[in-house]
Amino acid sequence: MGHDHVDVHLTFIGVDASPAAALEPFAVVGDAIPAPLGGLAGDGQRGAALVRDRERGNCLICHQGADPSEPFQGAIGPPLAGVGARLDAGQIRLRLVDASLLNPHTVMPPYFRTDNLQDVAPAFRGKPALSAQEIEDVVSYLATLRAD
Amino acid sequence: MGLAIALAVVVLPAGSALAEIKSGSDFLSPELRRQQADETRNPGFFWVEQGRELFSRRPAGDGQACIGCHVEPQQSLRGAATRYPQVDAATGRLLNLEGRIEQCRVERQAQPAFGYETPDLLSLTAYLASLSRGLPMHVRTDGLAQPYYEAGKAFFGRRQGQLNLSCQQCHDGLVGQKLRGDTISHGAGTGYPAYRLEWNDVGSLHRRLRACSLGVRATQFEAGGPEYLALELFLAARARGLPVETPAMRR
Ligand code: HEC
Ligand code: HEC
Repeated sequence: MGHDHVDVHLTFIGVDASPAAALEPFAVVGDAIPAPLGGLAGDGQRGAALVRDRERGNCLICHQGADPSEPFQGAIGPPLAGVGARLDAGQIRLRLVDASLLNPHTVMPPYFRTDNLQDVAPAFRGKPALSAQEIEDVVSYLATLRAD
Repeated sequence: MGLAIALAVVVLPAGSALAEIKSGSDFLSPELRRQQADETRNPGFFWVEQGRELFSRRPAGDGQACIGCHVEPQQSLRGAATRYPQVDAATGRLLNLEGRIEQCRVERQAQPAFGYETPDLLSLTAYLASLSRGLPMHVRTDGLAQPYYEAGKAFFGRRQGQLNLSCQQCHDGLVGQKLRGDTISHGAGTGYPAYRLEWNDVGSLHRRLRACSLGVRATQFEAGGPEYLALELFLAARARGLPVETPAMRR
């Protein structure tokens, strides 16, 4: 019994301490990541919710979204309205995954990166801010925002 | 080319740090600023009053009240807060106002420390800082203070957390911009302990720093610990010349 307990405990520590499962690989072409992460299909409705969700994307802390009824939207990044007309899905994907690939001084956080980060809070360590599926959901949503 | 960019990065922060730093109060709504200025409507003054009382209260046993050593605090301690954080000559440790109060409490009054963020320590800190209202900040950053200052400066410039942002990116680069409902200020910290509407309470500068760390999903260091103390020294030096405004009101 006691032995079992120890085993379980060690397994738990092992999982916690091991580097997170590797992120889905992606290829950058020009200023875009043309292929969906992990070959996953995005769901625009889920993406719209993620963009608002203060615990997940929380994008509206910095961006004006497409829905003016949302209170307290930020004005730090470009407005998201019309982003689907300015950028194609692959270009949007790259800017979500890691905008620093284009601009090393960018304020836009890297949503799909786990390396080269410092003092990450324990709860977020080794995890990307959004999963591959969530990135694809947000890309699908943003690609539909074609009107200013 | 790579080197040129790296140099530009090193030079820029120093240059922009010379830009005029404004108080957090300058970014408040006019209504909140009026409320802050009105002693009958700024709840922070309740803590100041509590602190004034505590300052004169004799501790248990045969210990002395603070006022026993610091007579006429309106004169003798006016300006004290402008010089904190400072290095304690005896120990070489960096102390902020809270740290100095705790030191007096333990070593001179022989009482158990209050503990960071306790109502008593917040009240005493708010009271002592309020005695310097309107006086310009002027902490020392040379001599023994220099390594602490450098550590704070490095912390301020370092990207951190899952969202990979530095203090500087927000409080230098984005000053005046809207982050949700907040207008980003220079992060001067000259009004703390401050009454924050979101807390519905008075809190320390370190409590505010923990909120900024959490915002970028970075490690929240211990209030009163070495990381935020060094950062507090850097912020105070950066705010040199700005008046102490404790107890400030913040959103
Ligand atoms: C801390 C602030 C911040 C947050 C949070 C943030 N962004 Fe950004 N975003 C920016 C900034 C600043 C830029 C401009 C980047 C640059 O020029 O380097 C940007 C750029 C972008 C772009 C490119 C827009 C264009 O027209 O070129 C997209 C798309 C984008 N963000 C989407 C998002 C989404 C979706 C989220 C949430 C999942 C998000 N952002 C969260 C600050 C932010
Ligand atoms: C993503 C943006 C962001 C980052 C990064 C950030 N802060 Fe803040 N900070 C804010 C906002 C928004 C406020 C509230 C509005 C204000 O007073 O500036 C604030 C408030 C403050 C205040 C209180 C100012 C006052 O007068 O009430 C201080 C001090 C401060 N920050 C320091 C820091 C330090 C030091 C760091 C790095 C550890 C940091 N901040 C990181 C956005 C940020």
